[in-house]
Amino acid sequence: MSNKQEAWGSRLGVIMAVAGSAVGLGNFLRFPGLAAQYGGGAFMIAYAISFLIIGLPIGWAEWAMGRYAGSLGYNSAPGAFACIVRSRWAKFAGIIGVIVPVVIYMYYVIIEAWCIGYAVNFWTGGMDLHDARDTMGYFASFVGADADASAMGFSLHKTLPWLLAVFVFNFWLIYRGLSGGIEKMCNFGMPMLIILALVVLVRVMTLGAPDVARPHDSVYNGLGYMWNPSKVMVEKATPTTEDKAREVVGAAAIVEAEKEVAASNGTLVMRTISPWRQLANPSLWLAAAGQIFFSLSVGFGVIIVYASYMKPKDDVVLSGLTASSANEFCEVALGGLITIPAAVAFLGVAGIAGQAGVGLGFKVLPLVFSKMPAGAFFGGAFFFMLFLAAVTSSISMLQPGIAFVEEVLNVGRKASVAILGMLTTFGTGFVLYFTADLKALDTLDFWVGTFLIFLLATIQIIVFGWVWGIDRGFKEMNHGATFPVPAFFRPIIKWICPGFLLTIFAMWLLKEIFGFDLATGKAGAISGYVTDLVGSKSSIAAQLSIVLVAGIFVFFGLMTARSKAYKRAEQGLPKTEN
Amino acid sequence: MTTTGLLVMLLSVGTVVTMFSWCIYKVLTTPNEADHLHAVELHTPDMDQPE
Repeated sequence: MSNKQEAWGSRLGVIMAVAGSAVGLGNFLRFPGLAAQYGGGAFMIAYAISFLIIGLPIGWAEWAMGRYAGSLGYNSAPGAFACIVRSRWAKFAGIIGVIVPVVIYMYYVIIEAWCIGYAVNFWTGGMDLHDARDTMGYFASFVGADADASAMGFSLHKTLPWLLAVFVFNFWLIYRGLSGGIEKMCNFGMPMLIILALVVLVRVMTLGAPDVARPHDSVYNGLGYMWNPSKVMVEKATPTTEDKAREVVGAAAIVEAEKEVAASNGTLVMRTISPWRQLANPSLWLAAAGQIFFSLSVGFGVIIVYASYMKPKDDVVLSGLTASSANEFCEVALGGLITIPAAVAFLGVAGIAGQAGVGLGFKVLPLVFSKMPAGAFFGGAFFFMLFLAAVTSSISMLQPGIAFVEEVLNVGRKASVAILGMLTTFGTGFVLYFTADLKALDTLDFWVGTFLIFLLATIQIIVFGWVWGIDRGFKEMNHGATFPVPAFFRPIIKWICPGFLLTIFAMWLLKEIFGFDLATGKAGAISGYVTDLVGSKSSIAAQLSIVLVAGIFVFFGLMTARSKAYKRAEQGLPKTEN
Repeated sequence: MTTTGLLVMLLSVGTVVTMFSWCIYKVLTTPNEADHLHAVELHTPDMDQPE
């Protein structure tokens, strides 16, 4: 092999490594669930805007801040915040950058267990599922959605045995320092995942309408549901709080709905909701921004830690852009085109409306594989590749916690892994117990996986643009870069990005916490995530989830307060005198 | 799917495909760029330190 060929091979290997690290469960499972929950087209507009004006710039800022902190010897978010802001309080804000990945790990590893459980059951013939009722029932039983503790049986069709195997596997890899091996495996696995996803995409696009008795439930209408910016709804003329509007997609379905409305003697009405009206919902923006952050690992506390291991001449600009674009390719061009159209084809528009969350892929994709030749093989392979992608993500989620414990307690890696192992075992056990309606998982995913990520990202961009300053920040960011970050990102980072995030946050508080309907100016409904915590409809699983997060915050806060390393960071001094 | 929906889809998918392709091109054609490109790499320096 010539030197030129070897160089190209090694460069492609680097691209695969970057792409592999960027791809995770968020692309194929979380994103389609959110797009379905918030109605598709308008969500995609908010999502695209969020990517350009907050995802990319905050990602770059995080890479630059992490590399700077690393040059002083700090490898954790509290350390980075302390040495950049140089205030005794900054390190406590940095704790969010440890809590987010550690808590997300607690439920992410459970979804990882679902993936490997589904993969093995596909390969061993245990997934004999024929229709939507089968797949939904199987999923509910597998994850224990029917009742608390019902996923804890020792059966290959329950979460518990797979979770035990995955949990031990993850900690064995990081305790023995073998995670480089899984990384190399992913360099082959990720291209395979993309190829498999393309095969699945072709199958989904050629599904048509799988049930001839329901011609409106087709892939074509699924694409419409996902991408049409305007929505056509049918609802009661005088709806009660129990009545929900029904979405209609597709020309033939709209004609049928018009006839239904005409025959209803005025009890039903049809209305079109413009994208602008949908975009007035702050929850949609919070979810879109949260998904961008979750998926790109921005505001997550992960990038800042890994960037701290980079050398001064490394290229944070192209590294960040390549990881982000690989992630967006998998999310929008593959994840978005597979799951939602397939979900509409099998479940119908009405069926998908109540099927939000990461579970959507587990309920729908087995049906796609059942309509493919060698479906058991492809199904197993697809979920196994997802499992591989998830392993790299989950291991990377542990590193911020490991680096933090090493730094504050001045202990070695194995002691740090042991402490974190005990903490995450407790947390994962908690999520595994409270599985009824996946309440604990859903609560943590919202308050930590969306809300806290949003908060940390906002703090980070304010620190970068206002505390560090744009000139200093851009100098750090562009150092070692093949091409500089375009100048138009200066006002975006300084003004637009923080303004955008703070506006969404204020609107979300008004609507979801104080129940103020921004469109009508009247009192509206308070978010289910809030009523789960207080009031007559509260849920003990949701409340305990918040207690768990608060407890971890106090635990990490006490460790941070006693850290000697951060006292040097607050003065802008390197961690060690040498 | 409406025409606007089709346009939103083509624009979104086209943008991400173009962006990823451009990054691949940039990495492949810039000398020594692969040495300076990093991601969330799972083998971290603290793994090599003695306990």
